[in-house]
Formats: sequence, C-alpha cells, structure tokens
Amino acid sequence: MHATYGENLDSKVELTKMTTNQETLLSVSSLVKHFDVVERGIFGRKTIGEIHAVDNVSFTISRGETLGLVGESGCGKTTTGKVILFLEKPTSGTVIFEQTSIYQVFSSDDKQGARKLRSRMQMVFQNPYSSLDPRMTIYDIITEVFAIHKNIPKPQWRQQVSELLKMVNLEDYHAERYPHEFSGGQRQRIAIARALAVNPKFIILDEPVSSLDVSIRAQILNLLIALQKRENLAYLYISHDLSSVRQISHRVAVMYLGEIVELAHTDILFDKPLHPYTQALIAAVPVPDVERKTIRIILPGEVPSPINPPNACRFHPRCPHATDICRQTAPTLKDDLIKDHFVACHHADKFL
Amino acid sequence: MIGKLLEVSNLRTYFYTEAGVVKAVDGMSLDVGKSETVGLVGESGSGKSVTAQSVLRIVPPPGRIVEGSIKFQGADILQKSEEEMRMLRGSKISVIFQDPSSSLNPVYTVERQLTDIITLHQHVSKREAIQTAQSLLTRVGISEPEKRLRAYPHELSGGMKQRVAIARALSCEPSLLLADEPTTSLDVTIQAQVLELLKELQAEYEMSMVMITHDMGIVADLTRRVTVAYAGKVMEVADTRSVFTDPKHPYTEALLKAVPSIRRTRALEVIPGNIPNLIEPPSGCVFHPRCKYAKEICSREVPGLEVVDGGHYVACHLWRELRLEGRVN
Repeated sequence: MHATYGENLDSKVELTKMTTNQETLLSVSSLVKHFDVVERGIFGRKTIGEIHAVDNVSFTISRGETLGLVGESGCGKTTTGKVILFLEKPTSGTVIFEQTSIYQVFSSDDKQGARKLRSRMQMVFQNPYSSLDPRMTIYDIITEVFAIHKNIPKPQWRQQVSELLKMVNLEDYHAERYPHEFSGGQRQRIAIARALAVNPKFIILDEPVSSLDVSIRAQILNLLIALQKRENLAYLYISHDLSSVRQISHRVAVMYLGEIVELAHTDILFDKPLHPYTQALIAAVPVPDVERKTIRIILPGEVPSPINPPNACRFHPRCPHATDICRQTAPTLKDDLIKDHFVACHHADKFL
Repeated sequence: MIGKLLEVSNLRTYFYTEAGVVKAVDGMSLDVGKSETVGLVGESGSGKSVTAQSVLRIVPPPGRIVEGSIKFQGADILQKSEEEMRMLRGSKISVIFQDPSSSLNPVYTVERQLTDIITLHQHVSKREAIQTAQSLLTRVGISEPEKRLRAYPHELSGGMKQRVAIARALSCEPSLLLADEPTTSLDVTIQAQVLELLKELQAEYEMSMVMITHDMGIVADLTRRVTVAYAGKVMEVADTRSVFTDPKHPYTEALLKAVPSIRRTRALEVIPGNIPNLIEPPSGCVFHPRCKYAKEICSREVPGLEVVDGGHYVACHLWRELRLEGRVN
C-alpha cells in the first residue's frame, strides 16, 4: 500500500480513451421516481403532494468506466442509484443492463434471472458501520453471499474468502473477526470484498469514502481504481465531494433537484463547466492552496424543496444569470454546443 | 507573551475507560493572538475536539484534564470555579459544533435559545433580548427573523440551524470563538455561505477564532496560522503559508498529498496503516509506524517540539535532513 499508484493513474487516462470504444454496459433512459407525500387523517390517507426525487434522468456507462454522479443532499443521486438496482421501484423509465431490461426481470416471477442480475450489479454504501452485521464474522458476512447466489461450491469458500480479502489488502486472519474489531477504512474494504464476492461487472458506490478520515480516503480511492483496472469494473460513483469525483471518474453527471443539469468528460466538466450550478459548485469548494485565492460564487438561498420544485429551469431562483426564458421554459439536456458535453441551460453558449 | 488571548500548554486530557486510559490529548499546545484565526487540523483521534472541550472545561466523563495549563486573558482556566466558568462560557468564549441539531435544544424555540443566553450574561430586559436576537438572526443572514424566532430547530434546514448556532455563539460578542468542524455536515454551497459569514463576523467583531477542521482547503482559506495535530500531540505549528509551501513534518506533507485536487487529477499518495489506538499509542514518535521516512530513533524516542525559525515549530527527529514537498496544485 506504500505505492503511489502512478500506474493506476495512467490506466485512468488510458481508460478515458478506451471507454469510447468499449461497449455500453448500462443504459438508463428517462428514469423517474416520485414519492407520494401522504397525510394521515381520521378519514384515512390522503396524497397531498409528490416528491420529485428523480426526474427524467438518462445516461450510459460503458464497461470499465466510472461515471461520477454529484450533487448536494436531496438532489436525488442516491435514489437514482437505488432505482437502478430496483431497491426502489421506479415510477417510470427503463434501465438496460447487458442487453436485459432490469425492470422486466424484477417485475416478473423470474427469480433465477433476478438473482443472476443481482450478482452482476452490486452496491457499496457510505456507512460501513451500519452496512455490516455486527454479529457475524467477516467469513460469515462474505460466505452468506456465496450461499445465496450459489456461485461458489462450499469446499472452495475458505479459499475464495482468502482471495477476496487479499484483493482488498486485508489478511487471512481477519476472516475470523467481527466488524467492531475493524477501523472505518478496513470496514469499507470488507464491504467492497463482499460486493466483489459475486464477481460483478458494475458497482454503485454511494459516498464510499465520505465517512472516512482524510488519510484513509486515499487508500480506498486507490483500491477502487486498482480493482476497476484488474476486473474491468464499471462504477457509478455517487458523491457530494467534488475532489474525489474528479479523482476517480471518467465522466461526471451533475444533478440538481432530481435532474441532470450537466454531463461531460471529467476534465472538461471541471475545467470548462457550462452550467451555472456546476460553476458555483466547483467554485464553492475550498482549495488547499495559499497562493491562489479563488473567487467564490456564493449562491444565494438553499436548495428548494423537491415537493414543489420551481417551474421551468429548477435552478433559476438561485441562478445569477437567470432571465425570463429561464422562468418560462425548462431547458433540455443536449450537446449541440460541444459534442458529448451535455448541458441543460438556456445560456450555456455564454460560458463557452 | 503579550497579546496572547489563549495559551494552551502541554495539555493532557485522558479518558479513564474500562478498556484502559485513552490519551486523547497528550501534550497539546496552542496559542491564539487577539483577532487572529488559528487552524487546528487533524483527523479523528487527533485530539482537536477534546482540546476545545478542555478549554471550555466541558470534557465529558470519564475524561479528565490531568496536566498542563490553559490561560485565557492571562488567567488560568483550570483554577477557576465552576461558577466563574459558567460566566465565561457563551459570553467570553463561545463554541459552534459540527452538528447544529445536537447543539440546539429541540424543545425550545429559536427565540428561547437565544434570549436565555443573552439574559444570563447581560442585564437586559426580555424585550431588549428579543430585539438583540432578531438583529443577530438578520446579521447571520436569516430572512424573516420575526417568523424564525418562533420556529423550533426541526423546522429549520441544516444550514439555517448552523446560522442560529452561530448567532447564539455571537450573542454576547465573545473574544474567542471555537469553531469545531462548523461546516462538515453542510452541503458545499451552504458551506461556502457559512465560511464567508464566519470570515465577515470575525473581522467585524474583532474576535479570535480557532478553526478546528480536517479540511486543508478551509485552513488555506480562513487561517493565518496552523497547528497540525496527530494522536493527541502537536506535530507542527507554523504560519499557514509555510505549512502549505514548506512543511517540515512528514505527517503534514502526507496529509497535503493524500487529498485529491479539484483542479486536476494527479497521483494520490497513500498514508499506509490506520489512525493509532490511543490506549496504547506507538512508542517514540506517534506517527512513526505510518511514516515513510521513519528511522530507528523514531520508534525509540519521543521527539520534542523544535524551533525551525520564528513561529515555525516541528516535532520530528529528522526535520533537518528531510526535504519535504508542499502542496502542488
């Protein structure tokens, strides 16, 4: 772990080029998830509103690629992840994974098909303290996955556990311990090992380093990048931390109030953001540099409620560039200015 | 030293738990000048929050301050009676915590939380206290203050709650504000608003501030001097510029290189291993098991805090021979 992973970094650069040639692994189209807001009264339940958690979200992820999904709390990034894996039922939209429509499989009685899909797609959560059962040893936590998916014959379990622990830089003897005996970073390694136990092709990483200390974050980020290279994994990396998103992602999508407002290659998005929200988000991050003082774009107000999101462009009440058209017409996400640089802003051409 | 508002020297605060003695703060020193913002940087277990608790003498049991001195305006805080401390807290020394939900009382309205502290420390009528509370809310950027005064904490967003906590901390115009990770639980754009507000208020009230954080970006933005802490001990003290451009402690260097940059993708250097166990901290230099430069002496002898040059101190046996790199952005 002492290595500075220069080789991994190169691989990321390579992958950026490669991903355009790699086939699409996951394709999400017009995904919508609304939650009913229910009021309970003496005459029963009444729906009084809808939370627009995810609205018309579309993107693709290629094999071996990381798509970063950034936004502030309540923007719908975690719900997007859950809906893709059918942990939450979508309101509408389709998700195609390896040419299979996920929702068709999960909505039918095809239990075997559902299990097979689950083994191809995994999720790692933010909090490694709540995602591991405290009463199970690490060996039990990992072999539970083998028992459910029946992917590894029992005589090989011990050897497989040993190999998985090695992949995440843990030792054999760790298998007999309980989660509370590990630090946060080690627990996140265990959660990653468990996700890898079914040999997935796609992992949703929901804020995987946010609860970890600074010196531990780099370990986990480097591990994720190394594993991706080795296994040709695709990631959906969900985070509010823009610096780690820049570090790990090949492309980045920015969400605001349930919608994607900008999507582009990582360097392009960070160096030449076209959406005022992306610009403000990047400018808001305190930069560890005493030489250059960046000019902060301070956004007024807070993220509005997703129950009654603003009309037309949802960002217009906080946007310093908003004009009448922003209050009247919703902009569509398109890449007509620069190919593959998608932006949903009426005034994007002014920022070229 | 003249002009020092707060001087913490050789502070030791231990927690006597069933598993053993946790040396949360083990020889911490920190000084803060008048109207100065000082950063106290470290990861979890560095002792930065317990240091703040010690200054306010609110260390929760089984914790106890066992050694050292804490001087505030020249007087030793550790010698004060509980009554004297109560008059100091919230008036001369204020604190804001990471999680505003836990620092506000959920069963009281915003008005009650603010006026309680104002009437405790100032001889004013209820009506005047309410007026002060209103103008404070306006000052921290809360719109419709009359309406917000009647609200309960759960009716406010996270950013709004932190603004109320700031308003309360400033209600008696303190000379010292301890800000313990005040923006860690907030969203990026809200964090920017709150940091900007703290900067303005610090200048306006001419107060001193200790910014306790793990975020080197916040350090660069707000502070003039920094203390880098690790495992309850001071690793390095310097003006902020030197910490970033000419660090002398390997931990400071490692911390700067382990953080991804928003400006470009570059190799992340990993600090191997884990945060040490504070019941049985490593022998010698507490950082030596994770230090890539460590030599035999590092595991044997505890390094003292040595002077690099005026105002720059480092606790490392090897600082003279090492050529460390600052932050490259």
